[in-house]
Amino acid sequence: MAPQVGLAVARVLERLGHTCEFRPAQTCCGQPSFNSGYWDEARSVAIHALDVFAGAEAVVGPSGSCVAMMRVFYPQILTGTPHEQAALDLAARTFEFGEFLVEKLGVTDVGARFPHRVTYHDGCHGLRELRIKNAPRELLRHVRDLEFVECDDTESCCGFGGLFSVKYPMISTAMAEVKGGSLARTECDYIVSSDPSCQLQLDGWLSRSGKKPRTIHLAEVLAGADA
Amino acid sequence: MTPATPAAEPHTAFEAANPHLAKKKFLEDAAEHVRDTGHRAFVRKALGGYYTSRDTQKSRYRDWEQARDAASLAKWSAVNRLDELLPRFVAKFEANGGRVHWARNAEEARDIILGLLRATKQEAIIKSKCMTSEEIHLNAAMEADGYGVVESDLGEFIQQLRGEPPYHFVFPCMHVRRDEISDLFGKHLGTPPTDSPEELTMIARRHMRRLYIDADVGITGANFLVAETGQISITENEGNARLTAALPRVHIAISGIEKVIEHLDDLAVLLPMLATAGAGQPMTCYNTLYAGPRKPGECDGPEEMHLVLLDNSRTALLADPEQRDALHCIRCGACLNVCPIFKNVGGFTYGTTYQGPIGSVITPHLRGLADWNHLSGASSLCGACTDACPVRIDIHHHLLHNRRNAAISAPSRLERLGHRLFVMVAKRPWLFATGGAVFRRTLWLIKKLRPPLLRDWLATRDLPPAPAHSFRSLWRTRA
Repeated sequence: MAPQVGLAVARVLERLGHTCEFRPAQTCCGQPSFNSGYWDEARSVAIHALDVFAGAEAVVGPSGSCVAMMRVFYPQILTGTPHEQAALDLAARTFEFGEFLVEKLGVTDVGARFPHRVTYHDGCHGLRELRIKNAPRELLRHVRDLEFVECDDTESCCGFGGLFSVKYPMISTAMAEVKGGSLARTECDYIVSSDPSCQLQLDGWLSRSGKKPRTIHLAEVLAGADA
Repeated sequence: MTPATPAAEPHTAFEAANPHLAKKKFLEDAAEHVRDTGHRAFVRKALGGYYTSRDTQKSRYRDWEQARDAASLAKWSAVNRLDELLPRFVAKFEANGGRVHWARNAEEARDIILGLLRATKQEAIIKSKCMTSEEIHLNAAMEADGYGVVESDLGEFIQQLRGEPPYHFVFPCMHVRRDEISDLFGKHLGTPPTDSPEELTMIARRHMRRLYIDADVGITGANFLVAETGQISITENEGNARLTAALPRVHIAISGIEKVIEHLDDLAVLLPMLATAGAGQPMTCYNTLYAGPRKPGECDGPEEMHLVLLDNSRTALLADPEQRDALHCIRCGACLNVCPIFKNVGGFTYGTTYQGPIGSVITPHLRGLADWNHLSGASSLCGACTDACPVRIDIHHHLLHNRRNAAISAPSRLERLGHRLFVMVAKRPWLFATGGAVFRRTLWLIKKLRPPLLRDWLATRDLPPAPAHSFRSLWRTRA
């Protein structure tokens, strides 16, 4: 649903002198099955992913949620299987995009310009499974002409939660209402996110309720995208 | 893996009549509750004050995270040695003159307490806040036997007058507005309307004083059972538990077996953390240790002191190494206070004794996974609960464990089929890419057809149009 995000990630990394590779065998991380309790099915998808990413120096994902699945939950569901070591090995090589720039590459200024007022939405998996809090803010602080405003409710969940959003739509929407409302009150032009799934939820609700701001992925901001 | 859950006891008349409709009722009640935006805003505002005071108190710890480690270790080492610590506690408690009664389940606990009441041949009962008594539906059983019982905790008293269970297991009437309390007191106690919290408190206090003196039996809960000394530790803000325990002739305390801790010193970390995590206080106003009934030569205290130790599926949870840490719970309520689900569906929607994230984890163990797994499903897995827990229970991951256990023990055929199809596609990149292409080209049509699930999304949220090209094709053709 968001092909521009992957391209933006590659643009930023290549600008920094790295080589990006996309392996066409890549599919989904398997989180929908894992979160639904169907761990045998999730395991099967995880093993496919282990094969796909074998040998890559670093695996960078523009989604805290997918990265949490690969880094935190693959080793858990593959414990005691012949794939345990490969899962741990992949976990050590897998990074969320903003985290990779700041923590792994030590880069906080990627030379981007984005003349807008923005706030940042902490995605729960990035924040609480991967403990990413400062990296995206550091990166945004170094973007030219960007005005950053913190939302007082920044760590609250947007209510997506994968299949939760359609199995319990009323609760999911109520959560979007609370978080989307807080984000809109910052009077920002854009809500920066590191998770396309949070973006789907927040934009879905913001658009339906006629509120102004829209989300944008951190990679798009850093790639210099200007809508 | 979860051990087989014992037959659960119906919680409400509705549940007794419809044992397998808990999920349906949850969905209906949640849908109704989220429409009450005023109520949701009221609860958010109330908790906003709590966040401020909690953070102020947390900042006074030299290292809150280390304090969590210490509190969690105290509970971990006790829960993992219950077999040793419980008998040690009981020996000390009985040496102090108290009497212990073991109850395997709710029915046994009620029978023990009703038996004690009959033996004392008294009828007036005063009771302080005790969630274990809610768990065993004690008030209803006592009332059915003709005993009059009054809740002495202000919040519980208000809920008793309203004929409602606690909305939140620490703040039982947090959902009730001040003017509603004033009206309630006017109706039941004949007092004039007032908007002053102090006056409302004084109304309850004046009403209650006489009852403490007249009561023959005082029933309390317990926050901690100290194995080293045989003491019961009770934490409260109103002084009502002290009066409940001290003035009547007989004191009956009820506690889950997991409340035991080894050392008196453990309270040095557990009591302040309970207060800070639970209510944003440095310490709760009254922290009392009860060490047996009145001894010869003492001028006050109850003549008899009984402790009912309740299992009610706790040993089954203890046997589950994956979720055993759920027994660390000190019932502070911090996980409810930060939970976006709790804040949006409210306390009653759960239909359980213990609401919120910890309730969603333990209720399937207490009352059966098949009927209560929907509570584990009703979470975005945001993890705010786990971060808030002062004793480091892995709450949101246990929701995942419950979901997995349910998928094994009672899988939905349709859902399993869906996941198998998903795996079939996800393991075949060509099929995955083809599926994506079909989805992109037909999304406009799918949106018109509004199939289940997508219909639920579109009812309240938009879905952007599909992008013209896939990442795959853009990647192939990019400069």
